[in-house]
Amino acid sequence: MFNAIVDGLSGLGSGFINMHWSNPVMIALGGLLLYLGIKKDVEPLLLVPIGFGAILVNIPLAGLMDEGGFLRTIYNMGVANELFPLLIFIGIGAMTDFGPLLENPKIFLLGAAGQFGIFLTIGLALFFGFTKLDAVAIGVIGACDGPTAIYVTAKYAPHLLGAVSVAAYSYMSLVPIIQPPIMRLLTTEKERVISMETNTQPASKTAKIVFPIVITIVGGFIAPKGLPLLGTIMLGNLMRESGAVSRLAKASENEIANVVTLFLGISIGASMSGPLFLKPQTLLILAFGFFAICLDTACGVLFGKLMNAMTGGKINPLIGAAGISAYPMAARVVQKEGQKYNKFNFLLMHAVGANTGGQVGSVMAAAIMLSVLQGMGLIP
Amino acid sequence: MDNWTFGFTMIIVGMGGTLVVLALFAVLMVLLKKIFPFKEEEAK
Repeated sequence: MFNAIVDGLSGLGSGFINMHWSNPVMIALGGLLLYLGIKKDVEPLLLVPIGFGAILVNIPLAGLMDEGGFLRTIYNMGVANELFPLLIFIGIGAMTDFGPLLENPKIFLLGAAGQFGIFLTIGLALFFGFTKLDAVAIGVIGACDGPTAIYVTAKYAPHLLGAVSVAAYSYMSLVPIIQPPIMRLLTTEKERVISMETNTQPASKTAKIVFPIVITIVGGFIAPKGLPLLGTIMLGNLMRESGAVSRLAKASENEIANVVTLFLGISIGASMSGPLFLKPQTLLILAFGFFAICLDTACGVLFGKLMNAMTGGKINPLIGAAGISAYPMAARVVQKEGQKYNKFNFLLMHAVGANTGGQVGSVMAAAIMLSVLQGMGLIP
Repeated sequence: MDNWTFGFTMIIVGMGGTLVVLALFAVLMVLLKKIFPFKEEEAK
């Protein structure tokens, strides 16, 4: 009987006995994410479940990520098969107003320039010895688009999911800090004070309804591998603009997006097991992600300068910085920077147009990347 | 395929492809606005 009591007691505190050195570090990191989300209001909807998931998965012997564990079940349910990012995309589409972009279609090009950092970072990651698919997953952090980064990484480099997701969402929330110095560095004061015309022709309701259908069909035929991303964002937008299924549109942007965000966040946190996460490679991924977003901003602003030159000074190059997918943060940064130099300058609507262009741009960049990989025979 | 060839291809095709596709989308949007023009009644 004494032996039975000792055996029984030996099970208590077994988590401490089986702890890996990386577990307490990751629990502290999880705590930091919770602090940032709760106290500093940094992407709380994601950082709170991610932080808590990171704590849960770093308590040894709980088996939450073992086959049959509840975190593994959630992970398999929607991350391993890419369902969660796609459901989020329907919500994003339902929340996005492409009206400012339709009013001034040429600023769509800024949404392309804002993705150049993705491809340049892929080259850099390859140079530092990452495999081809790992490099693609790292580059896609530059999309500044969490669901796209998760979709691509979960599918082709699942071992990097934790690092890539944390980098993508952290840098998205740091856009107001990362972008302004680059914008100031690459523009002259004369360029920053340029006021842009606002008397562009608005788009009709029919054009707004037909837009997501046309973009899905054309984009899908060009880069079929990315159709799940493009199709879901455009489905959400079609539901919004048609007005025929407002209940579905509201559910997509509220209830469904909220539930999926919780599951997605906790699953990402669950992929941050200490022994897998705490590697020099993770630091490199965080550094490359930062580099990618800086490059995106720089390329967007430089392309804005080119458009400014080509239009005879009608485009304020600052709006190029909004060509990334961080919506609507990047647009707000542009508005704020523009007003620092000319307080009567209202760049917001133009920046929102470039920003929504960046959302489509990031999806198309990922779609093109995946289709190129398929064309090369690197993915099925 | 070696990493250099792959990286270079991704940069050229990726950047060029994204730019061309979004330029095409911009043209499609201009066409959409021409086919379905905004009417003043909509503003009301």
